[in-house]
Formats: sequence, structure tokens, C-alpha cells
Amino acid sequence: MNIAVLLKQVPDLAEDLEIADSGDALDPEYVTYVLNEFDDYALEEALQLKEATGGSVTAISLGTEDAEDALYTAVAKGADAAVKVGDFEEEPLDTHTAARILASVLRDRGFDLILTGVQAIDDLDGWTAPLVATYLGIPHVSVVTHIAPSDGGVKVDQEYAGGLMAEFEVSFPAVLGVQAARAVPRYAPVSKVRQAMQTTEIEEIGAEPEGSSGITVRRLYAPEAAGHAEMLEGAPEAVAERLASILRERGLVAG
Amino acid sequence: MSQDIFALIEHRAGQISDPSFELLGMARPLAGASGGEVVALVLGRDVDAITAQMGAADRVIEITGASVENFTPTGYVAALRPLVEERAPALVLLPNSAVGMDVAGGLSAATGLPLVGYATDVRMEDGRPVVTSQIYAGKLNAEAVMDRTPGLVTVVAGAAPADAGRAEGSPRVERLEAPAADARVRFLRLVMPEAADVDITKEEILVAVGRGIGDGDDIEVVEELAEALGGAVACSRPVVDAGWLPKARQVGKSGLKVKPKLYIAVGISGAPEHLEGMRDAELIVAINSDPKAPIFSVAHYGVTEDLFDVVPALTEQVESA
Repeated sequence: MNIAVLLKQVPDLAEDLEIADSGDALDPEYVTYVLNEFDDYALEEALQLKEATGGSVTAISLGTEDAEDALYTAVAKGADAAVKVGDFEEEPLDTHTAARILASVLRDRGFDLILTGVQAIDDLDGWTAPLVATYLGIPHVSVVTHIAPSDGGVKVDQEYAGGLMAEFEVSFPAVLGVQAARAVPRYAPVSKVRQAMQTTEIEEIGAEPEGSSGITVRRLYAPEAAGHAEMLEGAPEAVAERLASILRERGLVAG
Repeated sequence: MSQDIFALIEHRAGQISDPSFELLGMARPLAGASGGEVVALVLGRDVDAITAQMGAADRVIEITGASVENFTPTGYVAALRPLVEERAPALVLLPNSAVGMDVAGGLSAATGLPLVGYATDVRMEDGRPVVTSQIYAGKLNAEAVMDRTPGLVTVVAGAAPADAGRAEGSPRVERLEAPAADARVRFLRLVMPEAADVDITKEEILVAVGRGIGDGDDIEVVEELAEALGGAVACSRPVVDAGWLPKARQVGKSGLKVKPKLYIAVGISGAPEHLEGMRDAELIVAINSDPKAPIFSVAHYGVTEDLFDVVPALTEQVESA
């Protein structure tokens, strides 16, 4: 199976999100990026499928900040090739524009399966899997929690609320939006990543953004919480005592 | 072109999802403002029983045929694309679910129509849709305007009351035929969730653990608290993805919805998908070291002390009662 995995960097939520003065975007000065965790699941699934059935895994990312780190890490984890598309360090792209570019790169490369994370935290205008697939004219299934090889394609599970699932059979070529991998994403030791940096030639392809998402963000703002918890301050033991007495008052604990 | 508000009804195994009713409720004031009708879109084979519950709509458009007997992304997009393009309503509301993501994403790319996801509110302003959405795991809201209609909007579950979309009534029904099946994606079967050792939806007390626990082995401190309280352990999605707890313990959009008397959230940040599953609990206590964690917006009591200090201390307090 020849598999492409689409990787994207997203703002790191462990850091505070600062809004730019314009009010309609994050302040680029303060954003740090991490790999979209769902893309990591997609990569893990791709590597598992390759280990089971043979073939190759190609990691592909738009040339945004830290994209090369993600690509080298993918190679260190077992990807056979890495592709960086365009230079978008300055301007994050909306999902439609990114998908158009990725589709143009993927077209005619003959991948059987294209995997990517089901969603990313900045996917305001939609999701990579259905957009890329449709621009390519091939089918897509999102929220995939299980992938198994099948004749001329794969069998997949699509997950719904409450743990309910549907099983589909999907012919190659297709795009899947991965919700969960069959195993926790493997770890690539720093030494292996360094090795990948030395020995891997990332294929670089030029690209210019075309078209738009069809939406304009007017503003980003912190939500006003409808309410807020009463915060219990103090040393842990004191806090625990206070909580226990609250629970007792409510009849949730004997005493 | 019309001012109608289309709402895609998600149903399977004879059950209509609650978010589908939420969409109908949400559509009503939009249609009132635009002067159009609320139109429920029902796809399937034998859909009379579904249509019979569409009393809150002015009109139902049924698209029936073998290709949409069960949901497939290809089947639904092929059936809906010509309809949306021809009728050009003001808005197409879809649930922000697997179905909504595949259908809205597929339609947007196929038609060039704009799409906004994660919506909590939609309104029309000078004939253009303005959408408020939750992004960055609920940490920020985005207000976006769509450059044309129809606008495709996927709405998060719980954004509107489902009861507003349930009504008696017999809307007019228009019946269309679905196109031929697309052989590239074939529905095989629905799989019910595995029976679990514990049904967390029936428990009165839940102690839920999130990514903040750090390591699967440390879940023990949470288990001890749950035991002391006579409750059960639940968790957020990342804990299941990491393989630390089974799926049956997952609370949230892709897990279970719970309404216990007591919900103690330990190391859970409170992403919208999780809040969706537990915000109706009677008493919510959240323990998270990040004072800005969204969980504190739904919790009644909050603690930012280290969970590894607080949780065992609380267990001791409860046991000594």
C-alpha cells in the first residue's frame, strides 16, 4: 500500500493564545507550533499499515513554521519520504486553500491511501480529509477509528456518538480522516531524528495559495463563560477538607 | 435562490440524533428573520417514521433510494449536491458530527460554497451568514462572515435546545429520488458499542480523569477516590486514545453523555467535546493546574492545586467520615 500522510502544525494550546491587535487572528509573535495530534495518529496508522502489508509512507506538509521538524520526525519514525510544499512561514493558510495546494501535489502521485487527522484545533472553515479528497475527485471517510486492508481498498470504522460505529469498505484511492490509531503513536528518539536530518533529502515543491475559503474572520475573542467555578484556595489538605464538607452537605458522602 | 433554512437530519437505526432537533429549533428564528421556510432534509430508504417527527419544520424534502439507505459520505454528498445547488437556500445547517464533517466538507469542495464549522450561533446580516464558532479547543470564539449563500454551517451539539425542534405537525413533504449508488464506498454494517463492565451513564458519582494525570499508572489515585465515594472512574478522550482506560469509560462527544449527581474532573482541561458529555451533572468539581482551563466555566467548584496532593487528601477525608 502506498500511503501519503498529511501533517499540519497547529498552535500549541499549552501556551496562552494571544490575539493580534487587528483582533481577527492570533498574534504570530506569541504562537508556538506543535504537530496536530490527530495527524500523529494518522502517521502511526500509516506506519502500522506499511508494517503489515508492505509499501511506503510519504509524509507531506505545507512549508509552515516547524514543518521540517515534523517531517524529519516522521522519517525517524519510519516514513520513507518527506515532502515540503511551498513557504508559508509568514501566513497560516485556511483549510480550503491548504487543501487545494495539497490536492495539486497529490494528484498523479498514485497513492492508494491518503491519511490525515480527522480535525485540527484551527479548522474553522472545514476539514482537510473531505476537502482534499473532493478536490481530487476521490472518496473520503472521516472520524475513522479502525483501518484494515481489503481487496483493492480498506475496511474502515467510522465512529458516531456513544461509541456506535459503521463499517465501510472503501476502494483505493481514498482519503481517511483519522480519529484514533490502533496504538499510541510511537516515539522517535532525538538521536534518530538527528540522523534523519542528516540523511534525508526533503523533497521541496513550490506552491502559491490560490482562491479563498469563502469566509472572513471578523474577530477572535475569549469566550465569556456563562459562569465560573467557585475556586477553592489554600493548601491541598485544607482544600480537600473543604471539598469533603461540601460533599457531606450535599449528602453525597456519609458523615 | 431562496431564503429557506435547510437542516440535515442525522438518523440511524430508526433513531434521530438530538442535535438534529437542535438544528430545527435553531432554524426557526433564522427562517423568521429571512422570510423563508425551515426545511428538514431526510435521506434514507423508508423514512416515513423519521419524517413523522419533523413537526417543527415547514417542509420536509425526502431523498430516498438504495444509495442513501445507510449513511455513506459519497451517497449523501451525491444526493445533496444538486439539491443545494438548485434550490440555493440561505443556509444549510448540519450537525458538527462525523456525518456533518463528511457531508459539509464534501459539499463545500464540490460546489465552492463557503463552510464554517464548530458553530454555536448563526445569524443573517444583510443577507450574509455570520457565524460564531468555538475553536482552539474552546479557548477562543471566532466570528466569521460568509461571502455568499448558501452557507454550509456545522453546529456543535448542545448549541441550541433540542426541545425547540420537537413538535407535532405535518409539514409538506417533497419526495426526490437519490442518485445511483457510488461503488467506491460501501456500507457494510452498524456496530453497537461493546457491553461494558460499568455503565457510567447509570452511575451517580463519577471521578473522571484526563490527560493531566500524565501517566496511565497514576490513574490509581483517581480509582481510589472513586472507590471511597462509591462511584466509578470515567475519562476524557485522550485517556482512551492512550490506551489507559477502555472506551466505555469515555465521557464526551465521541463517548457517552452522563448526568451524575457528582462529577469530579481531574486533570481535564474541558474541551468542548468533553463538556458536551458532562455539563448537565448536578455538582461538578474540577481539579486542574491551569486556572484558565475551560472546565472551570462549567464546574461549580474549582481547584488549581496539584491533583496528586488534592486527590489522595480528599480520598482520606472521605474514608475517615
